Amino acid sequence: MKKVIMGNHALSFGAMLGRAQVIAAYPITPQTQVVELLSEMCADKTLDAKFIKVESEHSAMAACLGASLAGARTFTATSSQGLALMHELLHWASGGRMPVVMGNINRAMAPGWSIWADQNDSLSQRDTGWMQFYCSNNQEVLDTVIQAFKISEKLLIPSMVILDAFSLSHTYEIVDVPEQEKVDEYLPPFNPQIKITPDEPHAFGGLTSPEHYFELRYKLQKEMEKAPALIEETGKEYEKMFGRYLGLVDEYRCDDADIILITSGTMGSTARVAIEELRQEGIKVGNLRIKAFRPFPFEIVRNIVKGAEKIAVVDRNISYGHHGMFYEEVKSALYGHNDSVPIFGFIAGLGGRDITPSTFKEITNLTLKKKRSEEEIIWIGVKR
Amino acid sequence: MKKEKKMTLSLPEEELMNSGHLACQGCGATLAMRYFLKALGQKVVFCIPACCWSIIDGPFPYSSLDVPIFHCAFETAAVSASGVKAGLEMVGDTETTVVAWAGDGGTFDIGIQALSAVAERNDDILYVCYDNEAYMNTGIQRSSATPYGAWTTTTPVKHFKERPKKDIDAIMAAHRIPYIATASIGYPEDLFRKAKKAKEIKGTRFLHIYAPCPTGWKSRPEDTIRLARMVVQNATFPIYEIEWGEKYTLNIKLKEKKPINDYLKIQGRFRHLTGKEIALMQDEVDRKWERLLSLVNSSREKDQIPR
Amino acid sequence: MRKKKQAQKIVFKSEKDVPLMAMSTGTMLHNKTGAWRNIKPVIDLDNCIQCGICWKFCPDVSIFVEDELPVIDYDYCKGCGICAEECPTKCIAMVEEEK
Repeated sequence: MKKVIMGNHALSFGAMLGRAQVIAAYPITPQTQVVELLSEMCADKTLDAKFIKVESEHSAMAACLGASLAGARTFTATSSQGLALMHELLHWASGGRMPVVMGNINRAMAPGWSIWADQNDSLSQRDTGWMQFYCSNNQEVLDTVIQAFKISEKLLIPSMVILDAFSLSHTYEIVDVPEQEKVDEYLPPFNPQIKITPDEPHAFGGLTSPEHYFELRYKLQKEMEKAPALIEETGKEYEKMFGRYLGLVDEYRCDDADIILITSGTMGSTARVAIEELRQEGIKVGNLRIKAFRPFPFEIVRNIVKGAEKIAVVDRNISYGHHGMFYEEVKSALYGHNDSVPIFGFIAGLGGRDITPSTFKEITNLTLKKKRSEEEIIWIGVKR
Repeated sequence: MKKEKKMTLSLPEEELMNSGHLACQGCGATLAMRYFLKALGQKVVFCIPACCWSIIDGPFPYSSLDVPIFHCAFETAAVSASGVKAGLEMVGDTETTVVAWAGDGGTFDIGIQALSAVAERNDDILYVCYDNEAYMNTGIQRSSATPYGAWTTTTPVKHFKERPKKDIDAIMAAHRIPYIATASIGYPEDLFRKAKKAKEIKGTRFLHIYAPCPTGWKSRPEDTIRLARMVVQNATFPIYEIEWGEKYTLNIKLKEKKPINDYLKIQGRFRHLTGKEIALMQDEVDRKWERLLSLVNSSREKDQIPR
Repeated sequence: MRKKKQAQKIVFKSEKDVPLMAMSTGTMLHNKTGAWRNIKPVIDLDNCIQCGICWKFCPDVSIFVEDELPVIDYDYCKGCGICAEECPTKCIAMVEEEK
C-alpha cells in the first residue's frame, strides 16, 4: 500500500513489518520520530513488541543484546553522540554474534553541537564488526530494514541502516509499504542456534584467553566475507517478492562514463541530477553510490570503475590525520587491480553544509582540469 | 560411626555450583552465590558484569555454575537483565527468573545509572549486589562502597578513604521498588529465605549481600564467616527489608549492640586507624542504627503499605 | 550423595570446533583446586555432632554428606580453614599438607 511517509518513519515501518520483538531506544535529534512511532505501534498493538524506555543509548544497546541472546528479534535507532556512547557495545554485538538491526541517522559529532548531516558518526564505527548500509531514499530505507533482519540473522552479524540527518530522515516521499503477510513469507521468525536455555545452561562471553580469542575473531571475519554474496542473494529474493532490487551498490550511467563519481547516502541522488545536466554539456559522468560499506563491496566496485578514466570520490566525512574514508577504502580496493586510474578525493558537506547539483558540477570540473590529483584532499565549500 | 542420627542441614542439599572455581580461599562472594542458587533453583538466568564472579565462574569454554550466564558489559548488569527478561517473555518464557549479579563497583558506581533506570521503571528483574567493599577484581581499588577508614590501593594509609560508604539501600528505597533486603553470608538461612521471597515478587527486587574478601581486607580466610556475623552484631551492616520504599522491617534484632573495635581489629585494611578515627566510625554506626530503628518503628505504626 | 559430573579438559583442534561465540560447554571440575592448599582440614568423626555447619560454610562445595557424616573432597578443598573455625565442637583440625 502506498503511503507518504518520512525517512524516519520508513525505519519504524521496517521494524514493524520485520516483527521486531524487543525495542530499546533513547531519543536523540533527528532520530526521535523513529522511536515515537514505534512506541505508538507497540501501545496500540500494531506491533507486538516490548519497548524498553531506557535512560541512555548505552543501555539501549545493552538491553538489545540481552534480548537478542534470549532469542528475540531486536531493533533500535540512534545518531551521532548516542552511537558513540554505544561504541563499546557495538563490539559486543558483533563479537557476541547478536543480529541486532539499528537505524542510525548520520549526524555530525560535537563539539559544537550539530544536528545536521555528516558521516563521521557511523564511519567511526566501521571497525566494530557491524554491516553498514547507506540509504538514499525512503523506499530504500524500509526495504533495507526488512532485508537487514534476514541477512543479519543468517550470518549472526548485526547491521546498521543509515540515513542522512534531515535530508533523508525528515523528508517525506511516497513509499510502497508491503503487506505484513508477504513480509512474513519473506522473513521467517528469528530462530538462533545460540541462545539462553535454562534447561541446558551455558555461560556466554566469559574470560577468553589468547588460546581461543583468535579463532573466534577469525570466524567472525570469515562469516563477514560471505556477506556480499548473501546481500545480493537476499536482494534478489526481495525483488521476486516485492519487485524492487537493491544490492551492494547503486549504479547510474557508469557503463560509458569517463568520470565516475563515487558517493553514498542522499548525495547519491543529488549526483544524478548533476549528471543529467553535465551529460547535456557532453561530459560523460556516471555515479556509483556505495550502499553496503561494510562488508566493503570490493569486486563490484572494481568491475564498475574498470572503464573509467578518472574517479572522483565524495566524502561527507574525514578521518583526521588521514583523508576521506570512502576515498581511502576505494583506493585500497583498487590497489593491485587498477592502480593507475587517477582517483580524486573530495570532502564536502561536513556538519550539514549543503551538497547540491552545483557541488557535483564543481567536483566534475576540478576532476576534468587535472590529469591526476595533486592533493589527497580537495575541500569543497570551505570558506578559505 | 554414627549412622542412626540423621545429619541436619538447614538448607537444601542440592548444589547448582560446582567445585573447581577460581575464587580465593575463604571468598565470601562464592558463599553468597551458593546460597542464592539454592533458593532460586534451575529456572534462572544470570547477567554478570565485570566483577570477581565473571572470573570465579571460570574461563571459556568452562563454567562452574549449572545455570545460564550472560557475561555482560560492566555498566549494564541491570539493563542487560531487563533486556533478557523482555526477550524471554517475547519468546514465550515467562517463568525464568532473570538475575543481575554484580559486585559493589558494578552497582554503586559504574552500574548505578542503569540500575536506577531499571528500578524507576520497575522492570521485572532480581538485582543482587554482593558487596566486598572495593573493586576487588582489578586489585583492590576503592569504590563508593568502601567504608570510611579503609585502606585500598587507591586510598593508601596516608590518605585512607575519608568519605563514608554510599547508602545504596536508601538510594534504592527512593525508587519505591517492591522489595529491598540486606543479607550477610554469616546468616545463610536469612539470605536463603529472602532470595526465595524475592523470587516470587514481580518488579525490581534488590538484594544487598555483605561478602567479606580476605584478599582485599587483609583478613584471615578462616575469619570470613566470623566477620559476616560481627558486622551484623555491631550494626555496621544491619539486616532488614524495605517494601515499596516505605515499610522497614528489621530481621536481626540486636539485644546488645557490640562495639566495632573487635571487628576492625581482625582486618588489616583498618590496622592504621587511631582511637580518634575509630571513635568517629563508632559514632557514625550508632547514628545510622538509631535512624534505621526510627524508620522501622514508624513503619510498624502504618497499617497499609503505601505505593 | 555426591553426584559425579563430567570433569574433562576441552581442547579445540581447529577453528571449526570452536563455537560461534565464547560459550561454555563444560564444568570447572577438571580444575583440581586441592593443589592450592598448604594446610588441610581433618574431621574427627567421633566428636562430630552432625550439625551440618561445615558443609554449609564451605565456599568450594568441597564438603559433602555421605552416610549422614561430612566428607571432605580433597581434590578441591583449598584449605581456607572456615570449616575448622566454624565447627561448634572444634572437631576439625587444620594440619600441614605432606609434601
